[in-house]
Amino acid sequence: MTDIAATAAPLTETTTLPARLAKGFVSRLVIIIPYLWLLFFFLIPFIIVFKISLSQTAISMPPYTPVLDFSDGISGFFAGFRELNFDNYTWLTQDALYFNAYVTSLIIAAISTILTLIVGYPIAYGMARAPATIRPTLLMLVILPFWTSFLIRVYAWIGILKPEGLLNQLLMSLHIISQPLVILNTYTAIFIGIVYSYLPFMVLPLYSSLEKMDYSLVEAAEDLGCPPIGAFWKITFPLSLPGVVAGCLLVFIPAVGEFVIPDLLGGSQTLMIGKTLWNEFFSNRDWPVSSAVAVILLLVLTIPIMFFQQAQAKAQEQGR
Amino acid sequence: MIRKALWLSATSVFLTLFTAGGHAEDRVVNVYNWSDYIDSSIIDDFTKKTGIKVVYDTFDSNEILETKLLAGGSGYDVVVPSANFLARQIQAGVFQKLDKSKLPNISNMWDVISERTGKYDPGNEYSVNYMWGTVGLGYNVKKVTAALGTDKIDSWDVFFNPDKLAKLKDCGVYVLDSPADIIPAALKYLGLDPNSTSPDDIAKAEEALLKVRPYIRKFHSSEYINALANGDICLAIGWSGDVFQARNRAQEAKQGVEIGYSVPKEGAQMWFDQMAIPADAPHVAEALEFINYMMTPEVIAKSSNYVLYANGNKASQQFIDKAILEDTSVYPDAETIKKLYTVKPYDPKTQRVITRTWTKIVTGQ
Repeated sequence: MTDIAATAAPLTETTTLPARLAKGFVSRLVIIIPYLWLLFFFLIPFIIVFKISLSQTAISMPPYTPVLDFSDGISGFFAGFRELNFDNYTWLTQDALYFNAYVTSLIIAAISTILTLIVGYPIAYGMARAPATIRPTLLMLVILPFWTSFLIRVYAWIGILKPEGLLNQLLMSLHIISQPLVILNTYTAIFIGIVYSYLPFMVLPLYSSLEKMDYSLVEAAEDLGCPPIGAFWKITFPLSLPGVVAGCLLVFIPAVGEFVIPDLLGGSQTLMIGKTLWNEFFSNRDWPVSSAVAVILLLVLTIPIMFFQQAQAKAQEQGR
Repeated sequence: MIRKALWLSATSVFLTLFTAGGHAEDRVVNVYNWSDYIDSSIIDDFTKKTGIKVVYDTFDSNEILETKLLAGGSGYDVVVPSANFLARQIQAGVFQKLDKSKLPNISNMWDVISERTGKYDPGNEYSVNYMWGTVGLGYNVKKVTAALGTDKIDSWDVFFNPDKLAKLKDCGVYVLDSPADIIPAALKYLGLDPNSTSPDDIAKAEEALLKVRPYIRKFHSSEYINALANGDICLAIGWSGDVFQARNRAQEAKQGVEIGYSVPKEGAQMWFDQMAIPADAPHVAEALEFINYMMTPEVIAKSSNYVLYANGNKASQQFIDKAILEDTSVYPDAETIKKLYTVKPYDPKTQRVITRTWTKIVTGQ
């Protein structure tokens, strides 16, 4: 297409040298912007957090020491540098609390992710198979809850799940149960809250991969005598895997660090890493230890994902 | 066409931003106070009287305020931390000393309160009191009467005695998620010094709290207001003003929920919210004027009448509604005031022990 345009008008201004340079610059800029984004909003903040995690607490502004700056000249900067150490990381290994909090968070996030997938897949599948005319409406309905504050929606669940809440009233008036179910302030309530809040993050990538799928493949399988369930597991599900993976990551990663939902819906006994971090930062005013907790959390999340990506890349190469 | 419109709007935004910067001649004071903590007509009156514009912003936890202050450059001129937080923030160099010559209204203050706030801010050099209150027992009168056979709740015994609390388990017990308020109460109940930092004493408090832990539904520092007002729980250890808020909401809802508040006879912790000026405040003169205005008897009385907290201004008491002034849960009688105690902030090492103990009590880990 562009070749034809170029040969048809070889002497238009777009082919002059400065314009071509400008075009190269623009395309390079397009590549650079994501990297700049990562640099400014991920790498630099991470380096600052990492630096604080190597400091000690102090009753001062800011509440840690040393503060690295160049006001004492280069030598002062490096003198401060030598005071940094890994004591806070050793501290994290000395109390089982931190390890338990990481493990609990990972388990809660994993269970919630699986539940979200189970709930989200049929929704996405139904949307992708719906007549093209109503798909935009369905898509809209999935996104619509985002227009209300997240906090208010989680609060609404308190009203639904509490002992005298809507759910219990309904079940009791239908004589399904005689005693109100205790759901609020339990792990069940946390799962309900996470599944509800993160459902769109699961449905949207699933929908986009299912929608692109060629359904004549399923028809072909059925023509050749494959039962519908078999066709689903042999064709539909494998083809939707990229959506499954994307959806699971989008749910799992924020769920690990979730703070609001366990705080409002969960019981006080819930020990998640978000709350532990909050305690270190706000109750103990220990910015260095809380930074160390955050750095470890990041490693816990990114290392498995990197391995996963590598494995996937390898699998793709072998597939070729 | 659309692109052109976008460029136009972008450039006009920039232009307005830069020109707005030039109009900074107006006098402004940036106030950061607790949410729901002032009669907003006071702010309007202040602006009318002095011509100083008030940019009023609110927070809902000391921790949030402290983090902003410790990070520096908050841009606030007047902030209202609680006294135990204030003490540590003074040490960290967050605040500047108040120029008392600019605060003539300081003569209105109540010595009983100033003496106690002086434990946090020696000589009251950095702060003046805004409101104060107690940590006590908020309860649903009907439900507690049904469960215990009495509505006379006047002792920590109702909470720390496992036999009594067990009876309240099913109707629901909430506790502040704040070790600095609850552990001293446990120490007081055990007859120990609420200010104790000895690990042995803290362990005893932990033991007392673990005994009643099975009967506590939740540890949370704000949810109990709604839970009490809706009749979802029957007992909460909470801050006096929050319980009064729950009481008023319950009255407005007219669902027959009646909320009581009691200051335990063994003694309860006092808390103070103090007005102070950050060291890096951009408008110090305006901040002093604002604080001085808030110490005018009629003004602070108006605020107390609205938020239902006691204030540390003696001269204001003649302007406070009788119902509030005579309510001993807001203004305890002289005898009770003697029994109220204050808790000094913990040093970092003790703070760590306290937080860890608390996590163990709350989560069992």
